[in-house]
Amino acid sequence: MTTITVADIPLVQYALRLADNALVLGHRLSEWCGHAPMLEEDIALANIALDLIGQARMLYTYAGEVEGAGRDEDQLAYLRDAPQYRNVLLVEQPNGDFAVTIVRQFLYSAFMLPFWRRMKESKDETLAAIAAKAEKEVAYHLRHSAEWVVRLGDGTDESHRRAQEALDDLWIYTGELFETDDVERALIEAGIAVDPASLREEWSRTVDEVLNEATLTRPADGWMQTGGRSGRHSEHLGYILADLQFLQRAYPGATW
Amino acid sequence: MSEPKLPLWEVFIRSRNGLAHKHVGSLHAADAEMALQNARDVYTRRGEGLSIWVVPSSAIVASDPQEKDVLFEPTASKIYRHPTFYEVPEEVGHM
Repeated sequence: MTTITVADIPLVQYALRLADNALVLGHRLSEWCGHAPMLEEDIALANIALDLIGQARMLYTYAGEVEGAGRDEDQLAYLRDAPQYRNVLLVEQPNGDFAVTIVRQFLYSAFMLPFWRRMKESKDETLAAIAAKAEKEVAYHLRHSAEWVVRLGDGTDESHRRAQEALDDLWIYTGELFETDDVERALIEAGIAVDPASLREEWSRTVDEVLNEATLTRPADGWMQTGGRSGRHSEHLGYILADLQFLQRAYPGATW
Repeated sequence: MSEPKLPLWEVFIRSRNGLAHKHVGSLHAADAEMALQNARDVYTRRGEGLSIWVVPSSAIVASDPQEKDVLFEPTASKIYRHPTFYEVPEEVGHM
């Protein structure tokens, strides 16, 4: 499979990371469409998926503009192969049962809400504007997933067991959320990017509050899985992209 | 999708300031907070709402359709109860 390689400009790579997170998680949630445990939740998950895909579109468009190579959102989403994707491993993890999907959404949203709040202060006007829109959306995603975590954790024996298993399984992917590298460090110093380390305390407090109410046990911080942000992905991403990119790969340039 | 064994709720949406909440449909939810969230997700996707009420369907007391004639028939002949003999000034707006 051919792939495009995007220019190694820090701001472009940064926007791509944010866009890939949103697109991959949005795609995962879209897989529930027509399959959720109840109709109300089917629509709720599709709503969240659409919020995330909307965020991805704005970020891809901006990455394409900054790169200046004439690439649009579709080319960036459909023509990069897995090693060119920059999303964290957490968002590509399979949906599993409903508890896995909800816990994954909770851990991610609890990070992204303070992230977008901070990003509103970015010296980059476009990122600040995207943040202002995304903040309200993610505030709802967090509320929705946190309410479910409480009800699953403090629900029946089975829902408690499944929620705890989901939390234990996904915990190793939370360390990557707080990593920084050279791409980001310069942007953080320039007041453009958000330093994820500065969000750890708030994330941790949100997680503790909700897990406490949910009677779930916070796993110990041990060895953390990492690599997605530099293109080293789990096998799951390849299957997502095969599904997501099939049409553009089979019929290049096809439009509605 | 299997039928969820969750209580039924009636949803009322107020579409814009000054108008009353209107019944828009029903949904299933485990409790009041989840019912509000579900109502937001199911019934306000196209910018319909400014305010949501959810009410347990079991809390609604309904009239018996069999009693339709007894309850409503007698009003049919009392057209003088309609305020159609007055002109309402435009400034009054929604009554």
